This record gives sequence, structure tokens and C-alpha cells, in this order.
Amino acid sequence: MDNHQATRAAIEAVWRIESPRLIAALARITGDLGAAEELAQDALVIALEQWPVQGVPDGPGAWLMATAKHRAIDLVRRRARYEHKLQEVGRDMEAQAQTFAEPDVDKMDDHIGDDLLRLIFIACHPVLATQARAALTLRLIGGLTTHEIARAFLVAEPAIAQRIVRAKRTLADKKVPFAIPEPGELTGRLASVLEVIYLIFNEGYAATSGEDWIRPELCAEALRLGRVLAGLMPRQVEAHGLVALMELQASRIGARTGPAGQPVLLGDQDRRRWDRLLIRRGLAALERAEHLDAAPGPYAVQAEIAACHARAASVEDTDWERIAALYVVLAHLTPSPVVELNRAVAVAMAYGPAQGLEIADQLTSQPALSGYVQLPAVRGDLLARLGRLAEARDQFTRAAALTSNQRERALFQARAAECGDRA
Amino acid sequence: MRYFMLLSGTNPATPPPPELFEAIMKLGGEATEAGVLLDTAGLLPSVAGARVALADGKLTVTDGPFTESKELISYALYEVRSKEEAVEWASRFVKLHRDLWPGWAGENEIRQVMGPQDVG
Repeated sequence: MDNHQATRAAIEAVWRIESPRLIAALARITGDLGAAEELAQDALVIALEQWPVQGVPDGPGAWLMATAKHRAIDLVRRRARYEHKLQEVGRDMEAQAQTFAEPDVDKMDDHIGDDLLRLIFIACHPVLATQARAALTLRLIGGLTTHEIARAFLVAEPAIAQRIVRAKRTLADKKVPFAIPEPGELTGRLASVLEVIYLIFNEGYAATSGEDWIRPELCAEALRLGRVLAGLMPRQVEAHGLVALMELQASRIGARTGPAGQPVLLGDQDRRRWDRLLIRRGLAALERAEHLDAAPGPYAVQAEIAACHARAASVEDTDWERIAALYVVLAHLTPSPVVELNRAVAVAMAYGPAQGLEIADQLTSQPALSGYVQLPAVRGDLLARLGRLAEARDQFTRAAALTSNQRERALFQARAAECGDRA
Repeated sequence: MRYFMLLSGTNPATPPPPELFEAIMKLGGEATEAGVLLDTAGLLPSVAGARVALADGKLTVTDGPFTESKELISYALYEVRSKEEAVEWASRFVKLHRDLWPGWAGENEIRQVMGPQDVG
């Protein structure tokens, strides 16, 4: 990297650190998300022009904020003058005082937390489709470029650019206010934010090794977003719950792939490779959630389940009774056949395969699970442990036929073969 | 990407001003709120430490203090998107020392932590 490139990279790093706060403050001043993003971009462009020549200022963050601030004042004044002219024409002088009000730019650095929270809530607004919310969040709060978002989501760059433009237009058309939701709608709006962050996390978690590094980096991005949100909303159980869940799941990333890139299931993972720092952070986040005087939601309960695994030295040491009980709570909060199937596995571990199979068997009539690989896989495993080998073999054969993953298919075929040929 | 930072330096004769600690706490708070600071702590002087060395197959344990001109002062663990971002956070930390503790000299060494992608 030559000197110029190095300066450019340094500027972009500063901008990334500062851009969410810049955009958030600018959006409050201008009341216009699109304008806020453009003004922040303008400040970046000026920095890219000036810093390589004049040197990087001592307080680059403050410099960017001051530069953007000046441009915001210009914009608001220009708009005010325009409004004024319109009003002169219409002889409507009454509203003049109001439209001429100067933006309170000196307070721009205050309430940064509130501004950032407003920005998060507007980027994750339910009027937008989930995928649009994710792209806008990565762009505005994550500071990712359109190119990076496209690479991370395996989508063409123009499509992502379109998605972001349309999202901003929708927010403007629907006149979505740049505001923190009222208490009455806070739970629903927060759920929308949490959903977006967890979607970003899972997109990264689903990436396989050897893929573009930016995809697994989405896990780190989601974790950062989650930590920011939990810091801004420390009284929200689910914000801490989601952070705990992501930290605990991320702690297993290094152990869930084998040397040849094959997936390693939780029970077979080398637990010495789990990231102890992330486990410690996850358990601490869970503790913060538990200390709040509020009932845990689905994220906190899933984090509790993940914590049972994180605390256990081995599969045998795991508190399966607690996990089975937590799945009952989770099924109550978010009823779903997949949760029920997970409960069947936990019950089988805690109380024996027969009890687990009883739950799993009730799911065979669920249309939602008709093509779900894990249902025959789990039933096959439980049947095999009960010595019902012929039935087990049928289930493994079915699982092998359902999966599109070759490694998984080989695994199910091997298990079917272990059950013997005898019908 | 995870980066480990190790601050070392030579303390001037004057004691560290309380404003420095305050500023360090504030910066740490900002980095935590930004979701990038995973862990950090100060280190006691080497008089409280020891070294275990191996040379020619022989283990030796040496108690501190050690005679190097620089003391290890603190460590931090960051999760950021690029080395440049790590450099920016590290620079902010060093600037606090420049601005608030005249005479202090030292360095903040940055190392990328090996991740799953670097193994095997």
C-alpha cells in the first residue's frame, strides 16, 4: 500500500467509525434521511480531498462532524429561504417565524445516543421489507458500502443499491418520523430491529468456510449492532437476550467446521475450540437480561438454552432437563414445529428416546415439516436408539433423499447402512 | 477481525493526572458503546510479575522488576472491520497520553488475533 492509499484507508476507517453518529445527528437537523446520508458522504469526500494534502487532523471525528454540520446549516438555510420566497408569493407571513427557525446545531453533539437510536429505529421500520431493513441498517449504522453489502448477501450490487434507494423513498413517502417509538409501540418496533440484527447474524452464520471473508464477518457486524443497541436500551431484556444469544452462538464458530470444511454438529464439537471470551461475554449479557424486572422473550430464552451448552464440559454433562423445560417456554412464546422438534431432542436426552420419539411422532402430520430433513433425521436417531432398526433405516433413507447437502446425504446413508439390510 | 493492543511506555517523574484516567474511561466507554471493545485491563508494574524462560532445554524463572526501559501498561482486545480501524482506536488512546500527561513516551502495539479463518 503506498502512502496515498494508506491515507485513504485511514480516512475510510475514521469515517466508518463516525458515520452512524454523523448521519444520525444530520438526520435530526435536516429531518431528511437521504439528505443526512449525502451530507455525511460530502464530508467524507472533502476529507478525501484535503487530508492527503494537509494531513489527517488531530481529531478526525470532530473534524468530520464540524464539516458536515456547516453543510447542514447551509442546506437548512437554503431550504428556509426557499420556503420564505414561496410564502412571500403566497402572502402567508404567519408561518415565517417557524420556518426561519435556525437549526440547533450547537447541540449537535448532545444526545448522540438518542440520535443513533432514532436512526436504528427508522432503518428497521416495519414499513420496509425485512431484506430492505437489513441493507439499510448495514449501510447507515454499520457503515458498509453498497458493494460490501452486495458481496455479503450474495446479491448483485445494483440490486442492493436499488433496495436502499427504494427503502429511503418509502420512508420519505410514508413520512416516517425520525423519532424513538412511543412506549405503546416500542415492543413491536424493537422486535423489528432485533429481527433485522439476527437476520444479519444468521446470514453470516450460514456462510461456509472458504467463502468470501465478508460473509462470516456479518456475524461480527451483527454482534456490534446488537451491542450498540443493548448499550442504548439497557432496560430491554430482549436486546441483552439477543446479544447473549449471538455471543454464545459465535463462540462456537471455530469448532463447527472440520478440517475438510465439513460441518461438525454441536455434540461432536471439540469444546476446547469454543471461544471462551465470547462465552464469558454471552453469559454476562444473559445475566444483565435476567437482572431486569421483566419476563424473558424468545431471544433471552434461546440464549438460556445456548448458555446450557456453553456451561457444559460435554454432551453428557449438559443440563438437558433444563433445556427441555426452556423449550416448553420457547414453544409458548413462539409456537413452531421446529421448536417442538428441538424439544423432542432435549426430552430424549433428558428422559430417554421413547419420550422424545413420542413428541417427534406427533410432528409427522405437520405440513410445515413435510420436507424438513431434520424430522426424519431425529426420528431415525431415536428409533435406532430404541433398537427399532428397520424403522430407523427408513427414516435415515428418507432424510438422505431430502437433503441437498452431499456431505449430509453421505452421513444419513451411512447411518441407514448401520441399521442393517433386514426389513 | 480481532486485534490485540499492548501499550508500553516510560512514565515521566510526575504522577499520571486524574484527567488521564477519566479520559481513558470515557474513550473505553465510547469503544464499548460502539460494540468494538471486547476486553481491556491495566497491568501492574513488572515488579509484581515474573518470567519463565527456556534456553538450552533449561527452564528459568525470573521475578520482576525487569530492566527494560519500557513497562507494559495495559492491553485491549478490539473487534473491528480493518487494521485501519484498529489503528484509529489505538491512536486515540495514545493521543490521550500526549495531551494529558506531558513527558510520557511509549507505543501501542497492534496485532491481529488469529481467527478460525487463519487455522489449518
